[in-house]
Amino acid sequence: MRITQGAFSFLPDLTDDQIRKQLDYCLNNGWAVAIEHTDDPHPRNTYWDMWGAPMFDLVDPAGIMTELADCREANPQSYIRINAFDSTHGVETVALSFIVGRPSVEPGFRLDRTETSGRTQRYSLVSYAVDKSPAGERYGAGA
Amino acid sequence: MADATPIKDPKERYRAGVLKYAKMGYWEGDYEPKPTDLLAVFRVTPQEGVDWIEAAAAVAGESSTATWTVVWTDRLTAAENYRGKAYKIEAVPGRDDQFFAYIAYDIELFEPGSIANLTASIIGNVFGFKPVKSLRLEDMYFPPAYVKTFDGPPTGIIVERERLDKFGRPLLGATIKPKLGLSGKNYGRVVYEALKGGLDFTKDDENINSQSFQHWRDRFLYCMEGVNKAQASSGEVKGHYLNITAGTMEDMYERAEFAKELGSNIVMIDLVIGWTAITSMSKWASRNDMLLHMHRAGHSTYTRQKDHGVSFRVICKWLRLAGVDHLHAGTVVGKLEGDKNSVLGYYDILRESYNAANPEHGLFFEQDWVGLRKVMPVASGGIHAGQMHQLLDLFGDDVVLQFGGGTIGHPEGIAAGATANRVALETMVQARNEGRDILLEGPRILADAAKWCQPLRAALDTWGEVTFDYASTDTLDTVPTPTSI
Repeated sequence: MRITQGAFSFLPDLTDDQIRKQLDYCLNNGWAVAIEHTDDPHPRNTYWDMWGAPMFDLVDPAGIMTELADCREANPQSYIRINAFDSTHGVETVALSFIVGRPSVEPGFRLDRTETSGRTQRYSLVSYAVDKSPAGERYGAGA
Repeated sequence: MADATPIKDPKERYRAGVLKYAKMGYWEGDYEPKPTDLLAVFRVTPQEGVDWIEAAAAVAGESSTATWTVVWTDRLTAAENYRGKAYKIEAVPGRDDQFFAYIAYDIELFEPGSIANLTASIIGNVFGFKPVKSLRLEDMYFPPAYVKTFDGPPTGIIVERERLDKFGRPLLGATIKPKLGLSGKNYGRVVYEALKGGLDFTKDDENINSQSFQHWRDRFLYCMEGVNKAQASSGEVKGHYLNITAGTMEDMYERAEFAKELGSNIVMIDLVIGWTAITSMSKWASRNDMLLHMHRAGHSTYTRQKDHGVSFRVICKWLRLAGVDHLHAGTVVGKLEGDKNSVLGYYDILRESYNAANPEHGLFFEQDWVGLRKVMPVASGGIHAGQMHQLLDLFGDDVVLQFGGGTIGHPEGIAAGATANRVALETMVQARNEGRDILLEGPRILADAAKWCQPLRAALDTWGEVTFDYASTDTLDTVPTPTSI
């Protein structure tokens, strides 16, 4: 399965040129750009690992693209996303987030059910990869 | 014009009998509203022969302290403080039988945190008052001291996005159809298909509550099954607006608690439950980490005709104060009433931290929301993937675009309909961010995506040409330019 978090997951994977254009848009809006990666893509896993601090005050996406290349090299089988942060008063949250790297195989999630009273069930999502292996060994070699 | 000078001499003023409202002090042409006053502007159509200033004073009087005759008990109060004061009238452009009346109300007239109390005054008796043929509340201003007595939306746009982990694009939804008649099991199937196909939310309609064909618990159980299965198949947060509207508050709380127990992240109420019930459910939602979706069922009975009733922009303000997270606010291009600039004005009210006065969008007054959370507008009714460029251009990112028929009526099935909408949305956001002129190139951008996305191609083939191009009833009279598109 293909995890469809982020703004562009229903499109074919963005090329580096397309990523650069989105970064241009972010920088033109004055947003700080951060790269994050994880091997636990549960939708409630809010805190992915930061690839360095958010990059403030950049004018050219080249520096971000270099960081992204480094992050991909170090985490070839992880999910990688770009977050753009808008610090405008009254917003002060992420303004755009999209996935720019994913493992070659995505086994996805199992839906666990616990039957409780009446017909009520408690649901939980379990990632097959997370269930199987500890962090760093979840999506094959080099994760 | 009749003499509108208030009578200052107490003996004269309080002699038993009937006085003109203006004479009683409800007109103060030189009044400078205080920073703590609430302001209202009414469109007044007086009966023939009724003096405009007197009519304005009467509206001020009947929406505050006045009765039809002089009462000496006024003299036991600081009556001047409590009187509503009409302070300005303006002719309505293009009309010789109507005018705008501006009225200031002292903040002490209103109970903190109560829309019920506010509306009992402002739209209470006054709307049936005989000397005016018709009356419409066009807009209101609330001073910060009053705004701060409300909690506002329990979640707000910012935290909603953080909870859903969805940033930088509009959210997508669909209302389950047919809205009446499906069993719980069949209903949940539509939820699952639409969410699995790519929507973020599905929605109960306003009148699905607990009927013979579907008990509410059945609906809740099957819908949450669909939501959870779709979350597992996508790795995304999904939701279904469970309508908890019921005949009593006790029933609504019971339904809300069950939605929470099942792990729902959002519940829904209808506008017809009333201001106090809305505010109570807002506080419940805040205590229970729940998004609160508002369906504006019934509003057109009083918002649509511009001579009489309450403008929807006022309803937006009251609902932001009372505290809802989602509010249907119009599509412009869809099947339901909505003049473009008026609708943009509603979106301003719901989404901005501060509204400048903006006659072009129908905003008579500025409004500082002093940090009150923002409401996510919902665009729903007769919209489809082929309009994605127009919708994104009109509304930007902070909106829920709801394609009900445009998802469920897809020739290749519900999931395909959802995928078509999601692909259309993402490709359009991508193009906009790349700096392309989406209004101009929109159809081309969609056609390009349809080359690799068969569901989108089928959607465009089915609905590409559908438009609802009718003149609006509730158009703006604040600016002389035509505003329908």
